[in-house]
Amino acid sequence: MSVELLNFIETVINGLMSGIMYSLVALGFVLIFKASGVFNFAQGVFALFAALTLVGFQTGQVPFSHLINELFGTNFHNWYPSLHSFFAIILTIITMIVLAWLIEKLVLKHLVNQEPIILFMATIGLAFVLEGVGDLMWGSDVKVLDVGIPSGGSVWLENTTIGWASEGSEYYGMYIDVLNVWATIIAVILVTALALFSQYTKTGRALRAVADDHQAALSVGISLRSIWVLVWAISGFIAMVAGIMWGTESGVQFSLSLIALKALPVLILGGFTSIPGAIIGGLLIGLGEKLAEIYIGGLLDIGAIENWFAYFMALVFLLFRPQGLFGDKIIERV
Amino acid sequence: MIYKETGQFKSTYESDHSIFPLIQDKIAFNILMLVAFLVVPFFIDSYWEKAILIPFLIYSMAAIGLNILTGYCGQVSLGTGGFMAVGAFATYKIMTFFPELNIMIIVLLSGVITAFVGILFGLPSLRIKGFYLAVATLASQFFIIWLFNKVPWFYNYSDTGQITVSERTMFGVAVTGANAPPYATYLFCLILVVVLGFAAKNMIRSKIGRSWMAIRDMDIAAEIIGVPPLKTKLSAFAISSFYIGIAGSLYFAVYLGALEVTESFDIMAISFPVLFMIIIGGLGSMLGSFLGAAFIVLLPIFLKNVMVDLIGLSAVTAKHFEITIWGLLMVVFLILEPHGLARLWSIAKEKLRKWPFPY
Repeated sequence: MSVELLNFIETVINGLMSGIMYSLVALGFVLIFKASGVFNFAQGVFALFAALTLVGFQTGQVPFSHLINELFGTNFHNWYPSLHSFFAIILTIITMIVLAWLIEKLVLKHLVNQEPIILFMATIGLAFVLEGVGDLMWGSDVKVLDVGIPSGGSVWLENTTIGWASEGSEYYGMYIDVLNVWATIIAVILVTALALFSQYTKTGRALRAVADDHQAALSVGISLRSIWVLVWAISGFIAMVAGIMWGTESGVQFSLSLIALKALPVLILGGFTSIPGAIIGGLLIGLGEKLAEIYIGGLLDIGAIENWFAYFMALVFLLFRPQGLFGDKIIERV
Repeated sequence: MIYKETGQFKSTYESDHSIFPLIQDKIAFNILMLVAFLVVPFFIDSYWEKAILIPFLIYSMAAIGLNILTGYCGQVSLGTGGFMAVGAFATYKIMTFFPELNIMIIVLLSGVITAFVGILFGLPSLRIKGFYLAVATLASQFFIIWLFNKVPWFYNYSDTGQITVSERTMFGVAVTGANAPPYATYLFCLILVVVLGFAAKNMIRSKIGRSWMAIRDMDIAAEIIGVPPLKTKLSAFAISSFYIGIAGSLYFAVYLGALEVTESFDIMAISFPVLFMIIIGGLGSMLGSFLGAAFIVLLPIFLKNVMVDLIGLSAVTAKHFEITIWGLLMVVFLILEPHGLARLWSIAKEKLRKWPFPY
């Protein structure tokens, strides 16, 4: 095979895999939007908060230690030296469930029947609160997150592919991050589990009923509020998975919350209400971004078009299909 | 939704259609204008100018612009930062091309250029709406910032990528640049805000404003009764961008003097704060634009004073608290009064009008 072709294949694979990382964030958005009609801008901060909490539990940091030390001149730092990742993850999941319950109790309950834009702004407020509280609780320094998922280039793949290039050409093998492979595997498991859950359990049926029609669901005796708590908790869980993946890749820091912005074009491409849409949208965006960065950006000698190319793709797409790839058809009545 | 004030009997159409239907409002407004034009310029120092009044006026301008688009025409936009950047860079380029041009004309021209850019990025609104449109306007934000970052022509090939304002005068007094006295910059912004504010108020009360509101309330029904969606939506984008462009131009030329595009016009630095302003102030209310801007300018100053100077927290911790309180206030506000400060104000006035004998 020629080197160009191999490079192209490498780009495609890497694009698809980075797309999976976007999908992980988009998935949480879609779940919440489907079930409660809330466009949850805080999803990215959820991921940040979950990752911060996870690191905090792992290293046994005392919550709010910075603040307490500053106010009272004490010197608290850690409860215990370290905790196994498994238990830390369990504790983080519990935290996210409590958080979901609190959000429903304190925010959503009071905003029922408000206009979507108001709810959207409320989630922006929520994002600010979580970001501030996360920083106050665990400190704002960049943290290293390691839950035992391997990362870095795969040597095996490099050694295997190095022989694929045609004789005499300079080729060093494909570079694929093992972390992305794991992300893909985990995303597949997650989506399968979600699909099974919503198809084959009673709660899953209730979930789908709420997503379909709030009022009809209410009238057959489904408790909207408990479903909302459930959905936000599941989204919190997904955010934790996304937080682990992104945090392992680039450290736990504020910029983690900006991945929400990366997930928006995925959403409009895939449609706000479709779970397969979130996955396929993510794949398309990841692929398009990487190809554009290397082939268009390289050709014109301008970098960093990754920043907006995804939006551009989504926008062009919207002009032809305003509801996204798999979104519900928009029907308007006067 | 802010409704018309009632409670005072009118006998002519002119008085019924006046901008301030209540006599108290009219008096209060006139006093405010007198103070703003005749008292403040004599007492303004550079702290009040740079920390409070100029940012307030500029954000009010941006908030009026976004309110026209989002509050009156119902098209949610997250691209305010991008449009303000267009205004700033247009000012910079015009300044370098035409050194002799009056600063007032430069600012207005920047607004016009931004209006055209706004029309361009408003085109998707004909096809898509709601959150899809909001995300689409984010595209304009990222694209514009990227463009000003990557194409050196926009910042005249300077090494740092910064743009710096040069000194311009009006009636012999410097308005931009480091030597401009506080009263000059203040009056310059004030005049623009008052004149354009009245223009906006009158547009909203006339045919074009009513057609915006018709599109906002239900676009299909509006189309059926003969409001052309193409013209209406694009005019809202154009006029809104004009205001936002002027805000961006002032932000660069009068307020900051020198800036770097990614830092100054970031989505977190401009787009979201301006959106908060109109929501906290009141969607679809002129007064709300001003109240929201004042709220957002004053809140950080207040919080910083209390937490750093009074309680003695470190600046970093105070910043985290500020973010948290900021978010909390937004959520609480949206829960208690989704129609914003303007609505609170009108409720207060209503209560006062009926005061001794409420019915």
